[in-house]
Amino acid sequence: MPIHDQSYRRYGGGKTTPGQAWTVIARAGIMNMIRKRAFLGVLIFAFLPFIIRAVQIYLSTNFPQAALLAPTAETFREFLQQQEFFVFIVTIYVGAGLIANDRRANALQIYLSKPLMRSEYIAGKAAVLFVFLTLVTWVPAILLLLLQVLFAGSFAFLKANLFLFPAITVGALLQVLVATFTMLALSSLSKSSRYVGILYAGVIFFTGAIYGVMYAITGDSSLSWLSLSSNLAQVLDVVFRVTPRYATPWPVSLTVIVGLIVLSISVLERRVRGVEVVT
Amino acid sequence: MDTNLEIAPPKPESDAAAVPIVQLDGVTVIYGQNRALKDVSARFAPGAVGLLGPNGAGKSTMLKALLGFIKPAEGRMTVLGMDVAERPMDIRARLGYMPESDAQIPGMNAVSFVAYCGQLAGLPAVDAMQRAHEVLYYVGLGEARYRNVETYSTGMKQRIKLAQALVHDPDLLFLDEPTNGMDPKGRDEMLELIRDLAHNKNVNLILSSHLLPDVEFTCDHVVVMDKAQVVAQGPIAELKGPAGRVFELRIKGDLPAFVETLREAGMECHSTEDDVMRVFVPSTLIDRGRDQQVIFSLAAHHGVQVRHLRPSIPTLEDVFAKAVGE
Repeated sequence: MPIHDQSYRRYGGGKTTPGQAWTVIARAGIMNMIRKRAFLGVLIFAFLPFIIRAVQIYLSTNFPQAALLAPTAETFREFLQQQEFFVFIVTIYVGAGLIANDRRANALQIYLSKPLMRSEYIAGKAAVLFVFLTLVTWVPAILLLLLQVLFAGSFAFLKANLFLFPAITVGALLQVLVATFTMLALSSLSKSSRYVGILYAGVIFFTGAIYGVMYAITGDSSLSWLSLSSNLAQVLDVVFRVTPRYATPWPVSLTVIVGLIVLSISVLERRVRGVEVVT
Repeated sequence: MDTNLEIAPPKPESDAAAVPIVQLDGVTVIYGQNRALKDVSARFAPGAVGLLGPNGAGKSTMLKALLGFIKPAEGRMTVLGMDVAERPMDIRARLGYMPESDAQIPGMNAVSFVAYCGQLAGLPAVDAMQRAHEVLYYVGLGEARYRNVETYSTGMKQRIKLAQALVHDPDLLFLDEPTNGMDPKGRDEMLELIRDLAHNKNVNLILSSHLLPDVEFTCDHVVVMDKAQVVAQGPIAELKGPAGRVFELRIKGDLPAFVETLREAGMECHSTEDDVMRVFVPSTLIDRGRDQQVIFSLAAHHGVQVRHLRPSIPTLEDVFAKAVGE
């Protein structure tokens, strides 16, 4: 007679309260990306502009000869704009397969048969992309601000530009949210992560190209709302108190951005389901 | 082959009526123009219940509606005493679902996948990992648990789907065609597992299948579906065994006319895969072993040769054929 039952046993331990499953999804997604060496290489590469800017701040604060390199509020605006390239790369690398791969493997019915809502699933997936995009935008920008204080040994610059902290936060948040929700919506439309990546690149470049053509024809930048990148640039100019670069009113650009996020959430609401109904 | 069976409206049996673990009342599910479930009312008793029906009968749709994946146009559903429309999360916390199609979380090995599913269901990480190892051994994947799930064979994928459904120790399991694509040995092992869960581990389960032997081997109760409706339900023993006898019969002569004669005499008959038909002689016609003679005398009276007549055991196939009118 066996002294220990090695077959199926009932579970007598505790369970967490519902509503926390999104953290499980987010943690698994983040760990999955961190295990990839190529992705770590991308992240390190994304910090190169930060290192260059840090050197610039160090020189300007410690060597009077390099005073012309001293940072201004616009320096941080430029930094976030430079990081848009890495936002693009990371968004495609991390985001393209987030939902598409689950759809390919029929994983949605596994997820949604567990005690988690569709919104939790989307939140978990969004958190993965949000974390990495924040890592290449908000985190280095805030670190630069802190480095300025540390290298200068005074709060003078920070006091003179108190709006910078909220500006960096709002600006980075806009960049990250637009990229996150747009990519998740596209990822929910297909079972191929490659196709999703191409689609996202198409959205960014195609909208930019349309605006470029219209600008070449009319010579007027009031149609910049056609381009996703231009809308972000326009709103970020306002957030950083820089003269807006396009003739489009910034509320229009902001409306387009918010509209895109709402549209993406609507797509996700329709596409993330436990069963695909074809009528 | 003519069909002469009158199917009574489904009647919930006594034990199912007392404490049904799953109950549907007038549920209608519509996909576009297509009614996938038509005014379905059913009660699933505790224990192992087979959800039987041909492909397209609405079995998977019913399970998905019970999971809350599909909202019915009409009707009310309760699972474990909870309303599906009001408490879907509470229901899913106590329920395990093994889908029909291949389904896994991409990029994970088996133990990570099952532990991940456990965490999604609310188990702490350490407990989820321990349970993952246990259930993987239980379903027979102990040696392959560190392999990527995407490299598994069809049979192994069926087992891993069962493991992920079990990891959080559900009170109720939905198994949708669990033996699909499995070789005979694997199929037998899977059925043994299901039987063990239901009869030795006290896990309630609903086994959706179009394979009668699978349901007959594992389940005590059955709900038979056809064309989006429930056509019979109750304990298998009761459905199979109203007083009466079943015979295998092969004749030479005017088959349709003889079938009509049997029907008029109060017997039921339906075809099988070969030329042997199954004849059900109700108890009212059985008179101390003279039931065979009734058939012989009818045959003689109509000039039909009886080439084969053998007593048989009522099977779930008879119940199914009777219910769907084949």
